[in-house]
Amino acid sequence: MKPLRDLLDKQAEHFEEGGKLEKLYPFYEAGDTFLYTPGEVTRADAHVRDGMDLKRMMITVVLSLQPCILMALYNTGLQASLAYQNIGAMGTGDWHIWIAHALGLSFQPNDVLSCFAIGAIYFVPVQLMTVAAGGLCEAVFATIRKHEINEGFLVTSTLFPLTLPPLIPLWQVALGIIFGVVIGKEIFGGVGMNFLNPALTGRAFLYFAYPAQISGDAVWVAVDGYSQATPLAAYADPQQMDFSYTWWESFVGLIPGSMGETSTLCCLLGAAVLILTRVGSWQIMAGVTLGMVGSALFFNWVGSATNPMFNVSPAWHFVIGGFAFGTVFMATDPVSATATRGGKWVYGALIGVMTVLIRVTNPAYPEGIMLAILFGNVFAPIIDRVFINRNIKRRLARAK
Amino acid sequence: MAEVIEREERAIEAPSSPPLTAKEAKSLLFTPVFDDNPIGRQVLGVCSALAVTTKLETSVVMSLAVIFVLALSNVSVSAIRNHIPSSVRILVQMTIIAALVIIADQFIQAFAYSISKQLSIFVGLIITNCIIMGRAEGFASKNPPMHSLLDGVGNGLGYSTILIAVGFFRELLGSGKILGVDVLHLVTEGGWYTPNGLMLLSPSAFFLIGFFIWIVRAWKPEQVEED
Repeated sequence: MKPLRDLLDKQAEHFEEGGKLEKLYPFYEAGDTFLYTPGEVTRADAHVRDGMDLKRMMITVVLSLQPCILMALYNTGLQASLAYQNIGAMGTGDWHIWIAHALGLSFQPNDVLSCFAIGAIYFVPVQLMTVAAGGLCEAVFATIRKHEINEGFLVTSTLFPLTLPPLIPLWQVALGIIFGVVIGKEIFGGVGMNFLNPALTGRAFLYFAYPAQISGDAVWVAVDGYSQATPLAAYADPQQMDFSYTWWESFVGLIPGSMGETSTLCCLLGAAVLILTRVGSWQIMAGVTLGMVGSALFFNWVGSATNPMFNVSPAWHFVIGGFAFGTVFMATDPVSATATRGGKWVYGALIGVMTVLIRVTNPAYPEGIMLAILFGNVFAPIIDRVFINRNIKRRLARAK
Repeated sequence: MAEVIEREERAIEAPSSPPLTAKEAKSLLFTPVFDDNPIGRQVLGVCSALAVTTKLETSVVMSLAVIFVLALSNVSVSAIRNHIPSSVRILVQMTIIAALVIIADQFIQAFAYSISKQLSIFVGLIITNCIIMGRAEGFASKNPPMHSLLDGVGNGLGYSTILIAVGFFRELLGSGKILGVDVLHLVTEGGWYTPNGLMLLSPSAFFLIGFFIWIVRAWKPEQVEED
């Protein structure tokens, strides 16, 4: 590893102040700190310093997302293979299928490796496009605004592709992540100043700008021209009551949906990592779940003859749609969530209740968790303010 | 009685209108376009800017209506500024503005019925547009009629600049058209352009106005407020 360190140190002079590539310092800094722990030490008065910096925190989130990514690869391939079996050799106009054929992959649902490979054909281009387009924006802003390229983008660019359907056009992926990074984060001053989750902001943009490619029945299974509703949408539609997936299939994630969010099991694995390392707040996750259970039970109790969503039990709400993914990875984003202890419960519950409210009472928006989290993000500063003021009052009262 | 006395005092104090220099006229007319834009700088009149800008056509008609009302309300308020008792001045201003808005509304209904349908209540709502009250109260009630006329037209132009820019981009990106003429061929009609549905929803105007403010402040950094 020494030669690599030496190489980096040798290049440093070009990028530091006065060097000829001074303006490109953020690139050098990003490369250096990605490979090595930053060399800076505390210069001002002594204070407790923890190895748990932003970099390690963000890397932990990325690690905790690995089960979801693996599941995204497998399930996307599996759903594509199943659909391909159903419709035979049709739908070959899609370039994904062309590549699969060129690589000699057969669409066999039972062949696990082939499922992974086919899933990769769908997932990897989306991921690459996200990193390229979002990274470019990040780099441009870092260069002009003279801040560092932040590890926060690593998380954003890992989350974003997982929330997209497999057949999303790549130019929309680019547009979405650019919107998320620029409008959701950079115009407010970059990582730490954003009041919205950038990945969700990007997804919400796509959701409203290009609903045809990110909602409806035709986009969830990775075979062009094959339409199948997600379980969440199937529930909302009274005509499709012949609901063919079991609870366990939904829990494990073998259902159509956005690439990375079908598996509640993988999200729970991620949640375990986040909670054990204390990177993600368990209070928020618990708050969202409690809010969801409470409001789902309430709607069950109210009941409705015309809207089947009223009768969906909390256990089903838990495993369908992006509920688990949003709860574990999106709602807990430390920048856009609340920071006070009590505030985390309130914020979580607000998201849980809103999710079910949107899912149940508004059939036009089957996926409630995305909008609910953005809604929670907007209210987070107000919730924090209430709890901070309460604390100040309590302590003042004690001082008297 | 007090009001009568006050009115007399104001009438006596009122200076004879200073002559309007060309430089002043230019500044009155063009400062509100970029340097002190009513929407971009003062953030007034945003409501109608969100509501009527899905198409360029409606943006243009709305802009003309606002310029008309703003210019004439400024002139009228200014002309009688020394005779309005200050305690009822807002009422008088509102009456003048309301009368002008009704004229504009009736005119549009008579000569551009389909557009008036699309603009629906938003022509009538010009009456509550803060820009118009703001200029009447903040400028016209203190300045002579000619100055007020130019100020009204100038602020109307500032409002129009944003409305037309936002309308242009929303119609172009949202439906691939400009003034109803196909520019970007839609996928649904065999072309290549997938329309951006967000552009047809009101929030997109927020983003576009935000971009406009961003660009103007990057160009004229003196407009940036201190934290």
